Amino acid sequence: MLWFVPTLIGLMIITFTISHIIPADPVAFFAGENATAEQIEALRARYGFDKPLHIQLVNYLIGVTQGDLGISIYTQRPISEDLLARLPATMELTFMAVFFSTIVGVPLGVFAAVYRNSFLDHFLRVLTVSGLAIASFWLAILFQLLFAMELQITPLQGRIDGWGPEKITGFFVLDSLLVADWESLQSAFSHLILPTLTLAFPAMATIVRFTRAGVLDAINSNYVLYEQAMGLPSNLIIWKYVLRNALIGTVTQIGLIFGILIAGAVVVEAVFDWPGLGLYAVEAIMNSDYSAIMGFTLVTGAFFIIVNLIVDILHGIIDPRTQD
Amino acid sequence: MLESTKFIISKLSRDRTSLVGAFLLIALVLIAIFAPVLAPYPEDVTEFHPPERLFGPSMLHFFGTDRMGSDIFSRMLFGARITIAIAVIAVGVSVLVGVPIGLIAGYNRNWISDGLMRISDIFLAVPQIILAIAIAQTLGPSIENVILALSATYWPFWARLVYAETRSALTETYVEASIALGASPFRVMVFHVLPNISSSIIVRTTIGMGGTILTAAALGFLGLGPPAPSPEWGRTIAESREFLPEAWWYATAPGVAIFLVVMGFNLFGDGLRDILDPRTRRSNDG
Repeated sequence: MLWFVPTLIGLMIITFTISHIIPADPVAFFAGENATAEQIEALRARYGFDKPLHIQLVNYLIGVTQGDLGISIYTQRPISEDLLARLPATMELTFMAVFFSTIVGVPLGVFAAVYRNSFLDHFLRVLTVSGLAIASFWLAILFQLLFAMELQITPLQGRIDGWGPEKITGFFVLDSLLVADWESLQSAFSHLILPTLTLAFPAMATIVRFTRAGVLDAINSNYVLYEQAMGLPSNLIIWKYVLRNALIGTVTQIGLIFGILIAGAVVVEAVFDWPGLGLYAVEAIMNSDYSAIMGFTLVTGAFFIIVNLIVDILHGIIDPRTQD
Repeated sequence: MLESTKFIISKLSRDRTSLVGAFLLIALVLIAIFAPVLAPYPEDVTEFHPPERLFGPSMLHFFGTDRMGSDIFSRMLFGARITIAIAVIAVGVSVLVGVPIGLIAGYNRNWISDGLMRISDIFLAVPQIILAIAIAQTLGPSIENVILALSATYWPFWARLVYAETRSALTETYVEASIALGASPFRVMVFHVLPNISSSIIVRTTIGMGGTILTAAALGFLGLGPPAPSPEWGRTIAESREFLPEAWWYATAPGVAIFLVVMGFNLFGDGLRDILDPRTRRSNDG
């Protein structure tokens, strides 16, 4: 908890360092081949590259704390505005993936544990091992090939057909519900299916593994033996008492799962042309837009740090034993 | 040491999933070593035959040909070399940097120790691929820079692990005894602590290889890996996209290759963990 601010500052120093070890001069690159020396100097002064390094670092830190991540060399807009505009698309996709992987992963994990060493358990083990071994950009392409190109039951890419619902929150599903725009809702959902499935697959694999291990641990404990002796129905024991204890282990993995999802979002958004933060980063890579990439790194890093902070707090609430 | 190696091998050979993993890894190494012999068209790594572009799989071209008319099967075999080189060097550097840092930070209790751990925590606070993208993009696309980006972002995982293991080893009697007998800090760390925590390092390293290969492939897919005409697997999948769905074979071969190799490391790593690190055993028997 105490380390939240220092960690963020440390992250800023890392992104600053990375952006200043560039072998090629970004200003000269941006100014173009025909720029004169004076023009390059003027640009350098405009972006603050003419000052000593430690002054640049302090300016950068001050700027970032005020929400100023610099100007994108490519879009010519403030990077913080660009990122903010892209944020809802990524959040919508990530939340869908978390929701889907939990809804499917937790029950599957329980079944795998209850019917351990059955056909179902072995099948799920193959599935989870695959989920952690498959490259998400390849899985995305396979889904596109099968569902969008061959069977043509889902859209190939993009986030919605047409303009989308009236903008309130930026979440298309939520917005179309709020304004009762059923056509947009259907379109938003159909566009969400493939990216969500791709993103959720490795996350689901992790959840199944941890839930299974947690349930197996809990099943052998004394309180379960006691409840069985009391004659409680086994379904009640498993889905109420065992699951509650098993999920403690799974909740601590939410930070890890968000890490998988953020990392996956970059490549999955690139494949599905999903206009979120990941696609922004990929576009910035294509355009050698260094400041935009650093801004993206900082924002996703901060998001990830906050998620882990929340997980720590949640963990303390669910499992009082961790508070000492 | 020889006895324990024998024990590990005999245990592994009785575990079916570990055997599958070991088989996949041995196949990968053999393919990488003998790529020039096994490949029907070894020259296709750099040569183009535009008239033969985008041929489907046949007896002449097992996995078809790519947009340049090169044999995909031959290119995939050479791609295995790149994958192994990136994974082994990047993970090797991370281990060589992370383990000493973890040992020093774990053994000492002072500001250096705190500082080292805080720095690794900052790196661990961000998903690895995000920082790797930032570094690889800054340095420019090449194998060396991918390795550098992966090593620079991966060492903290070993530093953290070794730090925690060292701290718990320091409470053991054998370490106390060797300190009491006047062993130097270096001697305690290298000859007493390190051998006892090596199994966790080995397990983490094996599983880490799979993750590193996935990250490296993602960097290649994003255009941050070795530039064309490199047969790197991630890059090949990116190249194939504009020819889908007609050239379905184009993305299939590299995708399956990545999958099998990562699977090999994960299965083998799981098997090793069951034997070497019983505390985190996957609950099979229940």
